[in-house]
Amino acid sequence: MQKIGVFVCWCGSNIAATVDVKKVADVLRLEPGVVISETYQYMCSENGQALIRNAIKENGLTGIVVCSCSPRMHEATFRKTAESAGLNPYMVEIANIREQCSWIHKDMDEATEKAIVLGRSAIAKLKLNAPLTSGESAVVKRALVIGGGIAGIQSALDIAEAGYEVDIVESSATIGGNMAKLDKTFPTLDCAACILTPKMVDCAQNENIDIMTFSEIESVKGFVGNFKVQIRRKARFVDEKKCTGCGVCMQKCPSKKGKNEFNMGLNNRPAIYIPFAQAIPNVAIIDPEQCLKLKNGKCGLCAMQCQVNAIDYTQKDEIIEREYGAIVVATGYKPISLENFNEYGYDTYKDVVTSLELERLMNAAGPSDGHLVRPSDHKEPKVITFIQCVGSRDTSGCGKPYCSKICCMYTAKHAMLIREKYPDTEVHVFYIDVRTPGKNYDEFFRRAVEQYGVDYIKGMVGKVYEENGKLMVQGSDLINNEQVVIPSDLVVLAAAIEPNPSVRKIATMVTASIDTNNFLTEAHAKLRPVESPTAGIFLSGVCQGPKDIPETVSQASACAAKVVGLLSKDKLKCNACVAHSDETLCTGCSVCANVCPYGAITYVDKEFRIGGGKTETRRVASVNEAVCQGCGACTVTCPSGAMDLKGFSNKQIMAEVDAICKR
Amino acid sequence: MDRKEQAKLIKERSGTDVRKCMKCGKCSGRCPAYAEMDIKPHQFVSYIEKGEVEKLLESKSLYTCLSCFACVERCPRGVAPANVIEAVRQEVVRAQGGNKVQAEKIPETINEAIPQQLLVSMFRKFNK
Repeated sequence: MQKIGVFVCWCGSNIAATVDVKKVADVLRLEPGVVISETYQYMCSENGQALIRNAIKENGLTGIVVCSCSPRMHEATFRKTAESAGLNPYMVEIANIREQCSWIHKDMDEATEKAIVLGRSAIAKLKLNAPLTSGESAVVKRALVIGGGIAGIQSALDIAEAGYEVDIVESSATIGGNMAKLDKTFPTLDCAACILTPKMVDCAQNENIDIMTFSEIESVKGFVGNFKVQIRRKARFVDEKKCTGCGVCMQKCPSKKGKNEFNMGLNNRPAIYIPFAQAIPNVAIIDPEQCLKLKNGKCGLCAMQCQVNAIDYTQKDEIIEREYGAIVVATGYKPISLENFNEYGYDTYKDVVTSLELERLMNAAGPSDGHLVRPSDHKEPKVITFIQCVGSRDTSGCGKPYCSKICCMYTAKHAMLIREKYPDTEVHVFYIDVRTPGKNYDEFFRRAVEQYGVDYIKGMVGKVYEENGKLMVQGSDLINNEQVVIPSDLVVLAAAIEPNPSVRKIATMVTASIDTNNFLTEAHAKLRPVESPTAGIFLSGVCQGPKDIPETVSQASACAAKVVGLLSKDKLKCNACVAHSDETLCTGCSVCANVCPYGAITYVDKEFRIGGGKTETRRVASVNEAVCQGCGACTVTCPSGAMDLKGFSNKQIMAEVDAICKR
Repeated sequence: MDRKEQAKLIKERSGTDVRKCMKCGKCSGRCPAYAEMDIKPHQFVSYIEKGEVEKLLESKSLYTCLSCFACVERCPRGVAPANVIEAVRQEVVRAQGGNKVQAEKIPETINEAIPQQLLVSMFRKFNK
């Protein structure tokens, strides 16, 4: 005979203001099997829990129903409470009468009636609960960081520092990401390379860090603590172990017309190249689209010149498999394509550039050696006009609805650097709002205006056109209520940023959730900002939302702390609510194994007695309980009804539905 | 009809949500008829949002707006300033009892180049 206890929480006025909690307790007390039914102001408080513990002990309860908030909030709390009173934690059911009842209803009678129904349904389910015990699984003490920008680098360094092995998988030929392309960084104006390259070198020298550049994630299997990841090491046609990075091949290569990706295509590079002077690893790579030897077999100069025989034209992609306990996604961002914004003439005029291109034009290692000249005629621009929010805060469908967050600050930086280095240059900035929250940020922006005399114009640009060799920037000056036209030599667009497009594929592989803008979703916007809702997946940098460098580094370190917390455990408690197959019903059709995202289902041949002393061998499904995450995909797919989920069996769910429908 | 009610009607007829405006001024930055306007496209949106229509009803801009829809095309928030201007224009030119066309005056002003269809449509629209 079951003895069930019902505990109805007021949650202060959260529930009690809309639900007659006393009535709920009184009605549920009459349900068959219920021996005690009580209310309390805050069931999750120490006193509330004591009330539950005492009730379990005094009445010898076999199971409890707590009518309270969402199980996401306090299911774990009440399971621990039950366990401490000697009850199996899986004999606890939560009826969500807050999020799904009191918060969404206004009428007390209606809400009370619904709370009673929800309570009844939880009781019906509880009656079919069985005590469950969770297994344990080991934790692979190694982390994977996807992306080698500042976010990935910082996370990897912190994890390695704590003594765990980390692999950085980077899709381009070097780590460093977007930050390596920047000239100076706000709000202190120190050189980006000067602060980033030491960290890159640290990664290369750290014994715990293994850097795999020009590599992509091929597939991810497994679960928290035990991910199996296939990594495609793309052919770079240069032996990474042999190449010394001397650069002779680059000088000798006759095919020099490749777009230099590192300089945003503003100048050319040879077919064999090292992305930039401080690249990590400092190893050459061949662009197969451009290399004469690879395209038509004629050339081979680089191989002849190479002193260490590092060139290998026959190199093929290689797929390696590794195991990890945790995965950090740090895939970063790229500026959006500007094809929807032809009013600014980006595709028409050479001297309309994006801010990231300007970074290269101002960088000492850039195409003009740090001397700011226009791309068209290599002359110094005398009037430069900046346009903010190009594609940001755009709900028309052409751009992105969010604020890209970094543009206000980097534009103030650019304006200031230009006025400092070329004081006779006029600088105008068209802005909608200047957003500078952050330590020393508004002071920085004001310096651009007050100290450097940058002309900020409140208003947006309507069109850019050419007249007498000048770029005419026509826009609103809303403060003076005028339409202004500024003849400029260079126009700089603060293009919106978007998550690296590869993140969608990666999110699918690691089953991490993603929002409509392709930003990865955090487990809780405020309280779990660096974790994905999928256990073992962590978020670092702009893949989670627009961020500047200081914010990215903080988040990357927070992410590393979470990873270290996970890797420091020897065993993880598995989910007790796992699938199991009824072998007498299983037909061995393999449908469940095909839908299982964790690879938890295998098939075994098993002998069954079929009467008359005879046996037959049948192929049946078998669930690896350590791997199963209890998602239930197999139970809904199984055509014969053999698959079932412990703690959420088909019978239990039907009982819940029956209880709701019964009047 | 009081002004508030009128503003509400104009807002409805424009079919655009003026609250979406983020006051960037791109509409007025693009407008080719800007110099000829006493009230600028972005101000139309702003006045309607505040429910102030008096100035708009008397504005010269109603007749200088080219209806080229450049402002609609360029708005990053999907607001349509030209539709607001058109809605105000309709409010003025189609006001009940406000006959704008008088048949007896047509012969004085008529011109060979004016298509007949325009005359017919003018009567349909502006003679109440």
